[in-house]
Amino acid sequence: MRQMTKRYGVWVGASLLLVILPQLFGSGFAITMMSEMCIAIIFALSYNMLLGQGGMLSFGHAVFYGFGGFMAIHTVKLVNDGAFVFPLELIPLIGGIAGLVLAIPLGYISTKKAGTTFALISLGLVELVVACVLLFPSFFGGEEGVSANRVLDWSITGARFGKGIEVFYLIAFWLVVSTALMYLLTQTPLGRMANAVRDNPERAPFVGYDIHLVRFFQFTLSGFFAGIAGGLLAINYEIVNSEMIGAIASGNVLLMAFIGGVGFFFGPILGAILFTFLHLTLVNITQGGQIYLGALFIVIILWAPTGIAGIIMAHKSLWLAGKFKRLVPTYLMALGAGLVAFFGALIMVEINYHLSLSIEPDSPMQLFGVEFQANSWPPWVIAIVLLGVGYFMLRPVIKKINFKWGQLTQEMQKMEKGEIA
Amino acid sequence: MEFYVISLLNSLVFGMLLFMLSSGLTLIFGMMGVLNFAHASFYMLGAYFGYQISTFIGFWPALVIAPLLVGVLGAGVERYGLRTVHKHGHVAELLFTFGLAFMIEELVLLIWGRVALNYQVPASMDFTIFTLFESDFPFYRLFMLGISVIMFVALYLLLTKTRTGIIIQAALTHPEGVGMLGHNVPRVFMLVFGGGSALAGMAGVIGGNYLVTSPSMAILLGPIVFVVIVVGGMGSLTGALIASLLISALQTFAVGYDYSLVDLLALFNIELGPDPWFSDLWRIKIENTGPLLPYVLMVVMLIFRPKGIMGERES
Repeated sequence: MRQMTKRYGVWVGASLLLVILPQLFGSGFAITMMSEMCIAIIFALSYNMLLGQGGMLSFGHAVFYGFGGFMAIHTVKLVNDGAFVFPLELIPLIGGIAGLVLAIPLGYISTKKAGTTFALISLGLVELVVACVLLFPSFFGGEEGVSANRVLDWSITGARFGKGIEVFYLIAFWLVVSTALMYLLTQTPLGRMANAVRDNPERAPFVGYDIHLVRFFQFTLSGFFAGIAGGLLAINYEIVNSEMIGAIASGNVLLMAFIGGVGFFFGPILGAILFTFLHLTLVNITQGGQIYLGALFIVIILWAPTGIAGIIMAHKSLWLAGKFKRLVPTYLMALGAGLVAFFGALIMVEINYHLSLSIEPDSPMQLFGVEFQANSWPPWVIAIVLLGVGYFMLRPVIKKINFKWGQLTQEMQKMEKGEIA
Repeated sequence: MEFYVISLLNSLVFGMLLFMLSSGLTLIFGMMGVLNFAHASFYMLGAYFGYQISTFIGFWPALVIAPLLVGVLGAGVERYGLRTVHKHGHVAELLFTFGLAFMIEELVLLIWGRVALNYQVPASMDFTIFTLFESDFPFYRLFMLGISVIMFVALYLLLTKTRTGIIIQAALTHPEGVGMLGHNVPRVFMLVFGGGSALAGMAGVIGGNYLVTSPSMAILLGPIVFVVIVVGGMGSLTGALIASLLISALQTFAVGYDYSLVDLLALFNIELGPDPWFSDLWRIKIENTGPLLPYVLMVVMLIFRPKGIMGERES
């Protein structure tokens, strides 16, 4: 029984959460954000099938996402025009199949090599598709994109999908199904071999597998799930345009997966939630949303390449051994110092955005309720002082953290040895 | 005839500019195995620095100072960024430069704003040098060509005739061996990275006023530079030169033909109905495929000859 709860508890809990959340946060903005988060989770997990599980760094994953979206919206349009009858609930499947079909030729070409060659081909393919958007206006709809009305005559569940909350439940259903399938896939021989091919492409063939084929299957299946996410986005917004298929969407999913942590299955889920949250809220607060996300990405690459999931998992054993609380004071110090430095950087960024992008740079600007002149010197001095103080406070704290980590790891090792003895 | 001569000259100018950009990238790749995503961003920084410095003290000092500044920045990036992520492998390095490109674009937006800069060709060089078949050929294009040829010759001599060049060449293929001989290989890496960035910056200074100086210039040119080094063969300077000229010629000449598949079929007396299947496909004109051609070339190259034209090894 305990094993059962351990195994399925997370899944049941997450599903329940998805049912309850829209009842707790019912506002239009919250529903939009949660829908977008769920779609982003599917997309980021499908991306991680390449980068995390298969060791293939792709810069063009949005091609399948976007293509799935376009095919889905065209299908909705056709159904609305009365060409045939099809329920909206299964439209994401059309997107998925479109992604899968497109991934077959593209995957065959690009998965012969991993590493840099793969990354370059993916980059070339995304540019190729972006160039095609303008050449094939009747499919891609040119600059303004393709739109359709998602309210169809017949649906399996009887829902009309006019309201955002109905669409959210549809997205949540597909999220649970896709996540479960992608998780199960990691447990199959294909999923295991993908890891083997990622870690050692020279030795993997000796077990008797064709590495090109393993990568190819992983790639096409990943295209399938990306297509499902694209189909869901098409339903959610009832419009698909070239932005969805291009390099920016591909870059965003890379950021999501990496910030979350590509080494663990749940990493991209965290990344997608955090990224979407920041993306949607920062837009309303500041012009510099992208710069903060980019800075977060760089910080993660430089100092925490395992991502948020990696940081969490590194503390798991300490937490279980009850030693985590000894790290808390130093972490709080680091947080304080980091915040000081961050505020310094933030003031500088905001001042510059005000000076370069606002209509009247000479008018006073507001930051945290304080009004000041952006082109006067006091805010600059404050920003530089904060940045400097934060930096010099952070340095000894980081040394202290490293020292404590070393201590704790040693203690843990001793404990393990003691248990064995 | 007029079309061919003018197009040839224009493609030569643009091709040499592309080469200035790609030479640094291909050297960096050949030596360190790092595909620098931020390379085109250094080109953009070169253009912006060039503009800023030329508004203060004029174009000629800018031509020297801006590339040097970009080079120092590049060296700093290698020393404090790439070297830190190096232990996590090539994927981490690639991701780091990707993030860097993202950040540089945002910083440029932050400082100079979203609109294109009014970065003009200096007045002292803004005149027509000769007239060919009634078309004026601006002196500035000749100047660009001159600068890039000088850079190519200088780079070639540096790499083949000097001691530093020989160490760099050796470090391209045998970094461990060169290290054993007592050379500071990480420093060589840093210098090459800085030098390559400076070259990109130089291309930015002379290309920014010829093309456009806007925050999107890195994204527009970056992928093409990748195509150049893939097609030319990663790590090969000669290959980069050939590929730059080839791709520039492809794009320049494509603009001049307005044929489509409909015209091709008409040659064989086949006429399509008023609303045929895949109507877009038949009506695509060659002149509109310019942006597409380099990527087609790259994908074809990667399938049939992954080494590239002059490359000696696959990545």
